[in-house]
Amino acid sequence: MVLFAFLLLFGATMLAYFVNRRAALSMRAGGARLHSLESFHGLFAALSVLVPVFVGILFWLVLEGAVVDLFMLRGLPAGTFDGLDSGASQLIVAEIKSIAGGRVFGTPEAWKIEAAERLVRYHRIADWLLVALVAITAAILLWVARRSVVEQFRARQGAERIVLGLMIFCATVAIFVTIGIVFALTFETIKFFQIVPITEFLFGTSWEPQIPIREDQVAAEGAFGAIPVFLGTIVISAVALFVAVPVGLMTAIYLNEFAPQRVRKSVKPVLEILAGVPTVVYGFFAVLTVAPAIRQFAASIGVDVAPNTALAAGGVMGIMLIPFISSFADDALSAVPRSLRDGALALGATRGEMMLNVLFPAAIPGIVGGVLLAVSRAIGETMIVVMAAGLIAKMTINPLDSVTAVTVQIVTLLIGDTAFDNPKTLSAFALGMMLFLATLIINIFALRIVRKYREIYD
Amino acid sequence: MTDITPEQTGSNRSRSSTELVRQSLARRNRKQKVLQGFGIAAIFFALSMLVILVGSLISTGYPAFTQTHVELEVFVDPEEVDTENLSRGNYDDMIAASLGAYFPDVDMSSRIASREVTQVLSSGAQLKLRDRVLADPSLIGETITIKVPASDNFDQLNKGLIKRDTPEENRRLNDAAIANFDTLDAAGVISAPLNTTLITSADSRFPELAGLKGALVGSFWALLVCFVISFPLGIGAAIYLEEFAPKNRLSDIIEININNLAAVPSVVFGLLALAVFLNWFGMPRSAPIVGGLTLALMTLPTIIIATRAALKAVPPSIREAALGVGASKQQVVFHHVLPLAMPGILTGTIIGMAQALGETAPLLLIGMNAFITSAPSGPFDSATALPTQIFIWADSPERGFVSRTSAAILVLLTFLIFMNAIAIYLRSRFERKW
Repeated sequence: MVLFAFLLLFGATMLAYFVNRRAALSMRAGGARLHSLESFHGLFAALSVLVPVFVGILFWLVLEGAVVDLFMLRGLPAGTFDGLDSGASQLIVAEIKSIAGGRVFGTPEAWKIEAAERLVRYHRIADWLLVALVAITAAILLWVARRSVVEQFRARQGAERIVLGLMIFCATVAIFVTIGIVFALTFETIKFFQIVPITEFLFGTSWEPQIPIREDQVAAEGAFGAIPVFLGTIVISAVALFVAVPVGLMTAIYLNEFAPQRVRKSVKPVLEILAGVPTVVYGFFAVLTVAPAIRQFAASIGVDVAPNTALAAGGVMGIMLIPFISSFADDALSAVPRSLRDGALALGATRGEMMLNVLFPAAIPGIVGGVLLAVSRAIGETMIVVMAAGLIAKMTINPLDSVTAVTVQIVTLLIGDTAFDNPKTLSAFALGMMLFLATLIINIFALRIVRKYREIYD
Repeated sequence: MTDITPEQTGSNRSRSSTELVRQSLARRNRKQKVLQGFGIAAIFFALSMLVILVGSLISTGYPAFTQTHVELEVFVDPEEVDTENLSRGNYDDMIAASLGAYFPDVDMSSRIASREVTQVLSSGAQLKLRDRVLADPSLIGETITIKVPASDNFDQLNKGLIKRDTPEENRRLNDAAIANFDTLDAAGVISAPLNTTLITSADSRFPELAGLKGALVGSFWALLVCFVISFPLGIGAAIYLEEFAPKNRLSDIIEININNLAAVPSVVFGLLALAVFLNWFGMPRSAPIVGGLTLALMTLPTIIIATRAALKAVPPSIREAALGVGASKQQVVFHHVLPLAMPGILTGTIIGMAQALGETAPLLLIGMNAFITSAPSGPFDSATALPTQIFIWADSPERGFVSRTSAAILVLLTFLIFMNAIAIYLRSRFERKW
């Protein structure tokens, strides 16, 4: 039905284009001097039908569910929800909806079946109403647009104004996404801090995100101190950078200065493959190959290592970050002006000395920017740590131990049932907020460094 | 260096400094060699990691591309089939009876005794027979030859992944079970054809019946939704910012915002989708449409940045020429600049789509890791996606899923390589140097 509405709209749009174009053509054939080309008359008509009706359909689809639910609930027998909390009444609504969807479990009460039937009926009415409304508004808009075809009408300016408006809308979507992220996170985080005090979250050293399942359960009172979780992320990221920074820098130095053109041309794209591998693949690699290898090696030298050690997750994350750091460092080294290199070489420096004492120091701001971006990647990286790191939050900085990470907690807390009124679910949003803020600050800082540095030499 | 020593420094001093340079030159060159050595070692490390990654995936994944099957002569007993309702027959017993032909000393009418033998077969064997009969009811009363999959443990045994020389107590199959399998093998009914189940069926609890169809179809819908939303939005935004936006505070903010959005961790987009799309708008959980929407928001910055770069690469002379013959500013862009920038835009879009195809974390948060045994028929059905299916299988305890996870990863990587190859082809074929 919704598809039919869209098809109808599409048809009306095409019709508007051709009707107005023909009208303009016939006016021109009749000797009139039109301001705009006939195709602009067509375009203007098409857009002025398409845009408002399309927006209308989208709004209708967003609101339809809620409005229909409201009508359905008003028809329920009085007192249905008396004495029920929000969870229980949501359950009733969900049951009615699943009956309406044809999934009947057991033998529901008659009033539920009746409500479900009404729900289906309302939805059908709403669908017909939508199609009817689309047809009527499209017809009215068609008529209005057809009337606009006159000699002086500036159809080009009109059409271009609409197109410009659409493009401005496209450009602001990115802002809306950011606003959406900030609002969603803030909203849920505030709800969380109403249950758990912010000081406990920020400074507590014990993370046991459980909630009592029964009222009288004493043991499972959760603790929401996020310090050990943050610490875990820091340990894993540190391991990752410990692998990625030296390897990435050395790679960049060699490829930038010493490698023959042929080697550089073939090695660079191969390294980029490492950046293009999906992170879930790295996670599986860490579990399948790296973690057992580390365990075996540690056992052979008599060191005890946890099964999901931070070393495996961090090491594999480091491999993922190598091309990231090497391409940033390569760019930074290439951005150093030729005169500095030539000067150093002319004074008798070897190429190695020129690299270490001149090029590298000059490129440091750019390299630092790249490393910072890698840091923000590392703390936001999810799948590798979800698959290869631990679940239990420990206060330790030992990379051989099993630690957890912010992203691991977010994913494990939100997989499965998600009721938006318990601290367990909401704590994931608080962690997400922390993650978002941390990466945002690092990114802004890094981008500023990179940009500022480029400007100096340009 | 030695030839241009200035006269007034005196020949003695010049000689000594020349000597100094000479003496130290070997050391300095050695230092440079060491630096080069480090660089080569770093590249070698990175490349060998890539080789190990791909190598370990291939070596664990290739067994999953074949599946051990047992060929059986089954008599479709009219007594056991309910002719009114064909799906309600006792297909289990028919299979057991036909298997019993190879084990004359086992009493197949006893459940416990026959279990020893029938455990060689997958629990999906009877479904396969049932589907055959459902498709062609005239088979009732006939004896048909049917190939049914062996269960996971025996599949592993056949592929040599369960070693016969491990002590019995450490093995997942006892000696009797292996003997049963060998009896069948000696009878020549065991074969290992290409594992078409991997592509043609959806997820299952049993490794030998699990396939990627649901995940592939789910990923297809999610990517389609992602493309339909992010491609027009991204191009529109990029054209506005590159060609029309006045240089003011607002366009600065939009630009910084897009750059930052590109670096927001993917899991945060998952949180956004969970809170806004699922909780506030009440969209369906696990549906590819929500997955596609989320991926579209993540791909948007990539497409915008790539499109802006492509537009920037079109030389101003094109714009000036078009303006000069009287085109309006929008005509210049849509008739001249955009077509010339299209190869670059498409390349960037394909790369963005490839990233979206491999993205996992946001899909986990919106529930696309559910256990779903049928492929979705549209973007509103519950589904998994390729990367989330990999995550589910990687978490499964059954041994057979290890090789299937690797196989699924190889399938995913094949798609990514294919997409990137198209992007590279487009770039090399249509890119113009101005």
